Amino acid sequence: MSSRSLLSGIKPFPLFLESCKRLAPWALARNPVMMVVAIGTVVTFAFALWHYSQGLPWRLEMVLFLILLATVLFANGAEALAESRGRAHANSLRATRQNLTARRRGANGGIDEISADALRRGDLIEVEAGELIPADGDIVEGAATINESAITGESAPVLREAGTDNSGVSAGTKVLTDRIVIKVSNDPGDSLLDRMIALVESAKRQRTPNELALSVLLAAMTLIFLVVVTALVPMGDFLGAPLSVPLLVALLVCLIPTTIGGLLPAIGIAGMERALRANLVAKSGKAVEVAGSIDTLLLDKTGTITLGDRRATAFLPLPGVEQSALREAACLASFADPTPEGRSILTLALDQGTTVAANEHADFIEFSAHTRLSGADLPEGRQVRKGATDAIRRFVEEQGGHYPRTTDGLVEQVASKGATPLVVAENHQVLGVIALSDVIKPGIRERFARLREAGVRTVMITGDNPLTAAAIGAEAGVDDVVAEATPERKLALIREEQRKGRLVAMMGDGTNDAPALAQADLGLAMNSGTQAAKEAGNIVDLDSDPGKLLEVVEIGKQLLITRGALTTFSLANDVAKYFVILPALFVVALPNLGALNLLELHSPDSAILSAVLFNALIIPALIPFALRGVRVRPGSADATLRRNLLIFGLGGLLLPFPAIKLIDLALAWML
Amino acid sequence: MKEVALIYLVTLGLAWPLGRYLSWLFGERFISPGIATVENGLLRLAGVNPNAGMSWSDYARALLKLHLLLAIVIFLVLSMQQWLPLNPDHIPNMSWDLALHTVISFLTNTNQQHYSGQAQLSYFAHTLGIVTLQVVTPAAGLATLVAILRTLFSNTQPGETVSVGNFHRDLLRSVLWVMLPLSLITSLLLASQGVPSTYQGATEVSTLQEGTTQTIPLGPVAAMVAIKQLGTNGGGWFGPNSSVPLENPTFFSNLVETSALMLIPMALVFMLGFMARRHRLGWCVAGVMLGLSLVSTSLNVFSERQPNAAVAVTGIQGPNMEGKEVRFGTDLTALWGSWTTQTSNGSVNGMHDSFNPLGGMSELMNMFLNVTFGGIGVGLIGYLLFMFVAAFIGSLMIGRAPSFLGRPLETREMKLASLALLLQPILILGLTAITLAVPGWAGTSNPGPHGLSQVLYEYTSAFANNGSGFEGLGDDSVWWNLSCALALMGGRFIPMLAPLAIAASLAGKRPSAQSRGTLNVDTPTFAVLTLGVIVLFALLSFLPALVLGPIAEALRA
Repeated sequence: MSSRSLLSGIKPFPLFLESCKRLAPWALARNPVMMVVAIGTVVTFAFALWHYSQGLPWRLEMVLFLILLATVLFANGAEALAESRGRAHANSLRATRQNLTARRRGANGGIDEISADALRRGDLIEVEAGELIPADGDIVEGAATINESAITGESAPVLREAGTDNSGVSAGTKVLTDRIVIKVSNDPGDSLLDRMIALVESAKRQRTPNELALSVLLAAMTLIFLVVVTALVPMGDFLGAPLSVPLLVALLVCLIPTTIGGLLPAIGIAGMERALRANLVAKSGKAVEVAGSIDTLLLDKTGTITLGDRRATAFLPLPGVEQSALREAACLASFADPTPEGRSILTLALDQGTTVAANEHADFIEFSAHTRLSGADLPEGRQVRKGATDAIRRFVEEQGGHYPRTTDGLVEQVASKGATPLVVAENHQVLGVIALSDVIKPGIRERFARLREAGVRTVMITGDNPLTAAAIGAEAGVDDVVAEATPERKLALIREEQRKGRLVAMMGDGTNDAPALAQADLGLAMNSGTQAAKEAGNIVDLDSDPGKLLEVVEIGKQLLITRGALTTFSLANDVAKYFVILPALFVVALPNLGALNLLELHSPDSAILSAVLFNALIIPALIPFALRGVRVRPGSADATLRRNLLIFGLGGLLLPFPAIKLIDLALAWML
Repeated sequence: MKEVALIYLVTLGLAWPLGRYLSWLFGERFISPGIATVENGLLRLAGVNPNAGMSWSDYARALLKLHLLLAIVIFLVLSMQQWLPLNPDHIPNMSWDLALHTVISFLTNTNQQHYSGQAQLSYFAHTLGIVTLQVVTPAAGLATLVAILRTLFSNTQPGETVSVGNFHRDLLRSVLWVMLPLSLITSLLLASQGVPSTYQGATEVSTLQEGTTQTIPLGPVAAMVAIKQLGTNGGGWFGPNSSVPLENPTFFSNLVETSALMLIPMALVFMLGFMARRHRLGWCVAGVMLGLSLVSTSLNVFSERQPNAAVAVTGIQGPNMEGKEVRFGTDLTALWGSWTTQTSNGSVNGMHDSFNPLGGMSELMNMFLNVTFGGIGVGLIGYLLFMFVAAFIGSLMIGRAPSFLGRPLETREMKLASLALLLQPILILGLTAITLAVPGWAGTSNPGPHGLSQVLYEYTSAFANNGSGFEGLGDDSVWWNLSCALALMGGRFIPMLAPLAIAASLAGKRPSAQSRGTLNVDTPTFAVLTLGVIVLFALLSFLPALVLGPIAEALRA
């Protein structure tokens, strides 16, 4: 992401106005570090005016005042920028649900047409094909296909049905077919989206416990520097080196952790915004932060580890049958088969060199739940079929053929590898077996390996039998597999992991998932799921994509790393600033201290201005970094710590030296 | 140089087995039934239930109550020593402010002396008052450390009541099986070297110059010097401390005394590894501390080998021998000076005021850090405090909710840690500033940067519970006595008890499992992070004061 896209849609002037608006004392009071800078700014301004009125030199004080003011504005701007980006995203989601009308069922059975804003939790509304759903809720009657592209961006319609685990609907989505009755889930102003917007608006935002704990540390550091700087006054007097208040303010502002203090709110808001951009609606900031600490991920097989459908992966002929004959028959039986499985049989056969062409005059036999086989009758009398074991046995025996026992051996062989066997027959003869396997999502194995490297255990949850489950689990590279899973087993598993001291994340959609979602440290509920599931989880995924669990973990880690990295950077910067400002403050009275002017800065005034300017400019320079977050790279905790310490600790120690020197050179050239 | 290396090796060699012994003693493994019987008997005699577990606040209250009781009794003794027995030299009562400062100074294991030992204390006050505190206060530090480690490394599950142990038992065990036996051995070794051990009054001797006589004060010196060295106390029998031949007569006595001042603090770090059953952690902490120690000692040795600027003017070359005993030379004095400030001991075998500026600065830095092994118990407790902060920042940097050993570090823990950390700059810099600001309060013997260093050193030494002085300071005034008393107490009780509260608070939370993805405190990386936090914190707090004091002085020279 370039810095341009960070600013896309953001107008500079309103942003500036917003930054100024936040100069109000009550807005600043939320941030003790910046409050101290603001007080220093006012004091410096007062000194500049006073010196001017007394005919004393006042220009340095005035310049200092302007730089300090800029420091506060930069911090305000960072917060305003993060907020406006978050709000822009939320508003685009919110726009989909404006000016909607609802048909509410009255108490007497009648229908009244009202504005969607007037709907209350528990109201029953009717929606028909072609209409927009006016409020979030649960389908209580009927089923419908729905276009959810307004919130997910995905145009393929989805099926939502009362009484199933896919009964949840969102406001602003469109009913394509049928008629449904929906039970409204929120009072106005209390929808998921409203809660998310509250997380990105600084005035309403609740700071997370972690942010509060860090603020305590930053406030303590600020207090220490206040003491350090104040104590310099009598020390200076004792040595015959009186100090001016504006210069002391400059020193104080340079020392207190303004970089992290100024960017802290922006980092928190940006983390929520990144979640929102991924279509994840968190109920609290804490939920996103917890994600970073997850030890165990319970992942549903379908949709997370495997693509939704199965694919043909091998043709296994019976003894005495040519593989090409099996492939050809399989192709003939699948030419008119529109299912993904059928297409995959063709793809595999063509890949393996089958050249048979479709016969236009063939009669296609469609799959049905009753017959459990499909195939084709060709004009020359060939009847090819593929299907479940018992269905093919019945077909072959009806044709007067013999179902060979060797088939069962092949069938078992396929099943034991976690695949589904599909038997192929031509007329009265069984030819062989097609193996249909779950297809592991590309890249998922590497992803799990990275998670393992980072100490996260992955557990695959599936309704499959243990044999199949184990095979797929091994192929995907998960750490553990839970087969024939029921909601009760999930809950028990979560409790067991937690008892071992692990933080557990899971996703779920059904009402019977709700207890497990509530028990998990991070419960990711599908938006398509039932109301109970959505209420039990602490993050809702608008895309209803179970694979999102992995993204949430990264967003959470990123948020915390950014906070830690900037704190370290901010404090490490201070060493260089001391070496710049201390000699500048005392060199007149104690000329020997000039030896500490390691950077050979131009003059005491330019040294102080350079340090304060660096301190101010580093805030906007790091805004992209705060908004985007530190890149999370795979690796063990120790390796990550080592790398971040080098970059932000050592880097923070060294960077200000050349940066301040450059600013000083520029100032010396200008003055 | 060889002697310095020898003393390091001897001390390390003794500290390791002592650490093992301490972990047996406090880890309650292999405790002989005899030990428990003696302890139970004594505790019952004192009316204490020896088996009652205490919450952290009960533990803290028991500790403070005992200290208050001791303070009142010994304050009365000092104020009335004239009328009490064992005062053959008829030493008068102490003034109220000096008595108050003296009590608090010894109560905080500091032994900062605004009086001169042999001239202002009776034998009674010395042996009953001072020595009691010299035994009890390091034992209290050790007890608190043991309580913290026990709590921190326990397997408490949420919902269980967190018991940190029994203060009375921990204290008694420290006194009976650690402080007393070690003191006995050390005092015998010292007595063998000719350190006096008597209750006789001062002796009158005729000197070589005919007709003149000299009064030589005596007393139970060997025992007092032993506990002064072992207990990171530092308050000597004689005013000039261990530079006087009567306290420290020979090379061997100097070796024993130097080793003794580092022995227990070093052993406690090894005890940590054994008690927590985390040997890597023990080595990491020992590595950081030993590294800091070697850097500071080398700096000191190097600095004192340089000529003294004031003496060099006269054309005399050679190392800085001003204020040093010819018996010891610069290396052994520099080593002692370095160790005594690292361990918050404060005893001296030479005058720190006449160290070269670099040496003086390295000693100040030792006391700002105050975790280079540090005082008994409190040094490691201080290190743990920095580990909490490092774990907070380190956890964030790996993208995890902050935790220490798997237990969450939250606002409450950070508030307590901040409080303990804040006090150091606030009290040291605040009091230095006030003292310098009010004309006539400082009483410095030098103008300019050295005068500033004297004031800074005094408060730093008080807060670090070190007790050594830059001297040359007219420090027996009401202001000095009271302000130092404030720094002494601030530097002792809160930094010692806040980590206990943090440990108890952590133990009450749900522990999480360790994995490759969690912060591991047993690694060199974490050790470096902790070292970084420690050094950065000290530098950021005190660099301006150092620049205006010793650095300005060094640059002028």
